[in-house]
Amino acid sequence: MLERFFVNTDPIIWLTIFVLAVFVGIEVISKVSSTLHTPLMSGANAIHGVILVGAILVAGSAQSTPILVLGLVAVVLASINMVGGFVVTDRMLVMFSRPKRALDKSAHRELEQ
Amino acid sequence: MTPAWAQLGYLIAAVCFIVALKGLSSPKHARRGNLIGAAGALLACVVVFLVSDIQHLLPILAAIAAGTAIGVVGAYRVQMTQMPQLVALFNGVGGGAAAIVAIIELTEMQRGTAPLFDLIATAFTILVGSVSFAGSIVTFLKLQELMTTRPVVFAGYPILYGLGLLAALGFSIGLVLMPSLLFAVLLAVVGAGLGVLLVLPVGGADVPIVISLLNAFTGLTVAASGYLLENILLLVAGTLVGSAGTLLTRLMANAMGRSVINILFGALKGGSSLGATTVSDRPVKSAGPADVAILLAYAQRVIIVPGYGLAVAQAQHALRQLVDLLEERGVQVDYAIHPVAGRMPGHMNVLLAEAQVPYEQLREMDEIDPEFKQADVALVVGANDVVNPAAETTPGAPIYGMPILHANQARQVVFMKRSMRPGFAGIENELLYQPATTLLFGDAKDTMSKLLAELKALTV
Repeated sequence: MLERFFVNTDPIIWLTIFVLAVFVGIEVISKVSSTLHTPLMSGANAIHGVILVGAILVAGSAQSTPILVLGLVAVVLASINMVGGFVVTDRMLVMFSRPKRALDKSAHRELEQ
Repeated sequence: MTPAWAQLGYLIAAVCFIVALKGLSSPKHARRGNLIGAAGALLACVVVFLVSDIQHLLPILAAIAAGTAIGVVGAYRVQMTQMPQLVALFNGVGGGAAAIVAIIELTEMQRGTAPLFDLIATAFTILVGSVSFAGSIVTFLKLQELMTTRPVVFAGYPILYGLGLLAALGFSIGLVLMPSLLFAVLLAVVGAGLGVLLVLPVGGADVPIVISLLNAFTGLTVAASGYLLENILLLVAGTLVGSAGTLLTRLMANAMGRSVINILFGALKGGSSLGATTVSDRPVKSAGPADVAILLAYAQRVIIVPGYGLAVAQAQHALRQLVDLLEERGVQVDYAIHPVAGRMPGHMNVLLAEAQVPYEQLREMDEIDPEFKQADVALVVGANDVVNPAAETTPGAPIYGMPILHANQARQVVFMKRSMRPGFAGIENELLYQPATTLLFGDAKDTMSKLLAELKALTV
């Protein structure tokens, strides 16, 4: 308990990390083409599924049954968000790469002829 | 304290997420980026089990397995046309999870005197998490057409919204001053109400922008719960999604020529009452597949404007065959992709990629739009709003200001439509009644195959 008080009496460090992460977030997607808006939204969506870590933490330290049940609900919801998000994004992106391979093949055929 | 190796593990996971977002913004590295992100998430979950004293191990693992199963089945079952709804749902459950985590943290805080910032972060997470959860559910209902896709506005809306905001502020202060479960539950209820109110006035075509905004909201709640749980990874990952999501929302809104505020609250000004709800009975020129086949076969330049209706009818494959046949005849064919074609920005690219249309034939709006002037035929398949001149001529229309594809500048315009029902945005399209416009009625897939057959007959 004392430790948590200690860490959080220094919110400036957390604020620093927060502000830097804001700029990184803006910077990394600043040049995205509209073609990729849908997968990008879905991929970012999957990343915040990492709240699963938080859900595991609170469920893992639950002291009473109602809290445990609530925590487990959070774990289920967070895993749907995280796993489902990454899988569905991958499904979309596979389609993006497939026509390219088909094209490569036809290019080869032309070369052979 | 968290040991150094675990902190390092979290750092690696955070870097994975940054690389993932970076990769997702270029077509070349998108898939790899997503997989790196997934690896980072997996690493984070392994670390938390190893480093923290996790009790109730079996129930937690079972819950993860259940969530994973639901997520995977959902992700594989969904049709590409329903993608926006699924993203909304996934986003909503994430927001819900964050709100629950904050509520549980609060019950543990009560015993000691919790630091002020912790309580503020708790109030924020509960409120915004519930907004995101309820808002996402309403967007899902709208996109799945389980409720009306039109903007819902009622007389007392601004007052109710204002009261909701005041109540949210009041309960937040209450929670910070007197941490109790009561305030937490009240805050969650008000948050859910605000979430519903936020999405109700948004028209169907704009809903995807709201999904992106709610996505950013969920990111911020995850960041706040990272502060609460003293977990740097959650803080970094949540903030990344929050800021990237906010920027993405603005980019999408720009693609529609609108501001985010206008999308959220535009309907309140009463502008969108213009939308047509009934089937129009004004005279139009319609033709059969044979006529259209001739028109296409003897054209030199054809531009196709695909829309959501094409994908719903699963006619992309037939369309691709049609295009192949036309190209064999020496007709130059391109697809004009409006940034918001489909039901969310970039959606049409996914749908056509599914039909294995070569990436090179998909031309973005700015590039292809000037070429309509030289086109003999603009073939509009299952699209409506993206070619609707009302976006430029009718200031009151919900889509006013959205850049459109100028299909009306082509010598001939052929609309493939199911019926005269207006588009998703619910606006009458003047283009349908112009002399150069021909309508080809019927189910897109069915008509497309007939068109294909006629064209083959001409070619032989």
